[in-house]
Amino acid sequence: MAGKLQLKKTPMKEQPPEERIKNFNEVPYGYTVEEAIAEANRCLQCSPPPCVKGCPVNVDIPGFIKLIKEKDFRGAINRIKLTNNLPAVCGRVCPQEDQCEKACTLGKIKGGEPVAIGRLERFAADWEAEHGVETPEIIEKKDGKVAIVGAGPAGLTAAADLAKMGHEVTVFEAFHKAGGVLVYGIPEFRLPKSIVEREVENIKKLGVKFEFNRVIGKILTIDELLNEEGFDAVYIATGAGTPRFMNIPGENLIGVYSASELLTRTNLMKAYKFPEYDTPIKVGNKVAVIGGGNVAMDAARTSLRLGAREVHVVYRRSRIEMPARAEEIHHAEEEGIIFDFLTNPTRIIGDENGRVKQMECIKMRLGEPDSSGRRRPIPIEGSEFKMDVDIVVVAIGQSSNKVLLQATPNLKLNKRGYIEADETGKTSIEGVYAGGDIVTGAATVILAMGAGKTAAKAIDEYITNKKKR
Amino acid sequence: MAEIVSKEKIAENIYSVQIFTPLIAKKCKPGQFVIIRLDERGERIPLTIADFDRDKGNIRMVFQVVGKTTLQLSRYDVGEDISDVTGPLGNPSEISNYGTVVMVGGGVGAAPVYPIARALKEAGNEVITILGARSKALLIMEEELTSVSDELLISTDDGTKGKKGFVTDVLKELLDSGRRVARVWAIGPAIMMRFVSELTRKYNVPTIVSLNSIMVDGTGMCGACRVEVGGETKFTCVDGPEFDGHKVNFKLLMERLATYKEEEKRALENYRKSIEEEGE
Repeated sequence: MAGKLQLKKTPMKEQPPEERIKNFNEVPYGYTVEEAIAEANRCLQCSPPPCVKGCPVNVDIPGFIKLIKEKDFRGAINRIKLTNNLPAVCGRVCPQEDQCEKACTLGKIKGGEPVAIGRLERFAADWEAEHGVETPEIIEKKDGKVAIVGAGPAGLTAAADLAKMGHEVTVFEAFHKAGGVLVYGIPEFRLPKSIVEREVENIKKLGVKFEFNRVIGKILTIDELLNEEGFDAVYIATGAGTPRFMNIPGENLIGVYSASELLTRTNLMKAYKFPEYDTPIKVGNKVAVIGGGNVAMDAARTSLRLGAREVHVVYRRSRIEMPARAEEIHHAEEEGIIFDFLTNPTRIIGDENGRVKQMECIKMRLGEPDSSGRRRPIPIEGSEFKMDVDIVVVAIGQSSNKVLLQATPNLKLNKRGYIEADETGKTSIEGVYAGGDIVTGAATVILAMGAGKTAAKAIDEYITNKKKR
Repeated sequence: MAEIVSKEKIAENIYSVQIFTPLIAKKCKPGQFVIIRLDERGERIPLTIADFDRDKGNIRMVFQVVGKTTLQLSRYDVGEDISDVTGPLGNPSEISNYGTVVMVGGGVGAAPVYPIARALKEAGNEVITILGARSKALLIMEEELTSVSDELLISTDDGTKGKKGFVTDVLKELLDSGRRVARVWAIGPAIMMRFVSELTRKYNVPTIVSLNSIMVDGTGMCGACRVEVGGETKFTCVDGPEFDGHKVNFKLLMERLATYKEEEKRALENYRKSIEEEGE
């Protein structure tokens, strides 16, 4: 290799914080061709490549990076798309630092940073968007008919894979748009909705049909899909789907939102463009977001962009226990979000009209590690204090949505109320597979995609065997 | 997409539309609702199903013009499409032979009472319906409700038709008369449902109310429609929309219904202005 080893990642330019808090535009700009090639040149092309093992959908990482290096960008994106149906999404929202990039040899060298695999993936996907998409030919037609319930990351991945295998696929989506969490949950400034639309269009080109406004469990049951609508198999990918609240006094006051509601109003319904769009949202002066995950970061940064003057993230543990990605915390801090660690709300106080006025919190200290391996927060007696707030956003996680589950009483659930499925996604009902958050509980986009991929394979095998019978 | 197949103004500011949505028409049950979104920029709003025709594939919705979306819908013509209709959502009414049931419908709430009353009648109940409105011109569904009721009693606030007063006055007379009432359904403005529930509590008559909370997805995903029932938080969309009226925290319901009062006003004013400009 010519020249000295570049230890650090090629930087990616972003909107400066003081600018971006005033708009919903994407924060990082993405690599230019020169930057991408420079970064691709850092890849050591290890054999065997440790990074691929870190990828839930097994992208041929050294393969596509080599193609970028050779300026064969079309080849690079096609290589990624062999195993990843949503590259523009993954390049932006995957926690690469815990996956592919964690395993990168360069990152293990003293003072070294891993290759920016996520950024390169994004580069290849965006290049394709600019230069036109090549839709892969579906070589072999099979006569399987598969219903996918939910058009989120797991459902879209399974749909695309099954269509590529030659099956007839219909996706039933409860909302009026495809994408699931990618359109209602993840904000525009992290994942522009035009990109999700583009990825969905690519999946439509594979022949996948979408039926919107269809709440399975209400309009059609799983049983009806299999026995009346003629589907050979059903894949349930509905997401976790119901917000958890803290069960403290005052939680139903006006101005208390679940993160899901705040984000759905803003992202899917475009409340940030009210009244140009019809859906309203309350804009706070002082907002408190409860929780320490990525969703809490999204809610905090969204609140700021909606026009709040001061946004606090209130988290009961300390910084190192925060489940949010380092990059998200970093962005939030840059934007002026205030972090109140070791703080837990005890009640929300309203005015005479039932609107949020204050939140009472208690200070916490950390005790011994709990079942999650993180140190357990313990309230410090007598340390209660009140903060003035007018909006409270509860971002403490999700539980399983019961709409489909209640309508499918023979579907076996696990102790936590999610669907019981084996490693291929197979459930207690023949021909019914499930994956993503409705099996694992709230997790990441890429894990859901991985589940969709595995299930697609299992469903294909199931149908092939069934047709032989 | 769902095409509007009929549209009628049935009272001042109150419209009835039928839309072609065969799968929903086939599946829906009394007590359920749909969520509609008129166009790409539209808000998702819940509307109760006022009737359904499974053969023709239509459902009927009755709504009062109160804000931007309902005003816009009232201006749609037959043949035009509503971009999105999701449903049926919520739990159906519990239909059974209770004996004598009293159906109280106030204002535009009389519409969803109709399919429930019909189902209760078909199940063998004696159905007494109390229909109320501010004034005679605002009474709706009288013909439909007559056809499924053994008795139809009317009250108007101004006395222009039926008894002068509120539905609760009529209901109180009925309960005082010693008739054995097994169950009451009350659907209408939150304040009416509250007064009906307070009254029937004294008589120990189980009372079902159907709540009209603000919703976004209608599938339990966001929690916008939180209500308190018996001290517990419930989601109207998936746990309701019908609840035990004696357990509902109506004060909270009414406060939460006013969440976007200012925004709703602003949206309506903007829309009115754009209509005027269009007309010029």
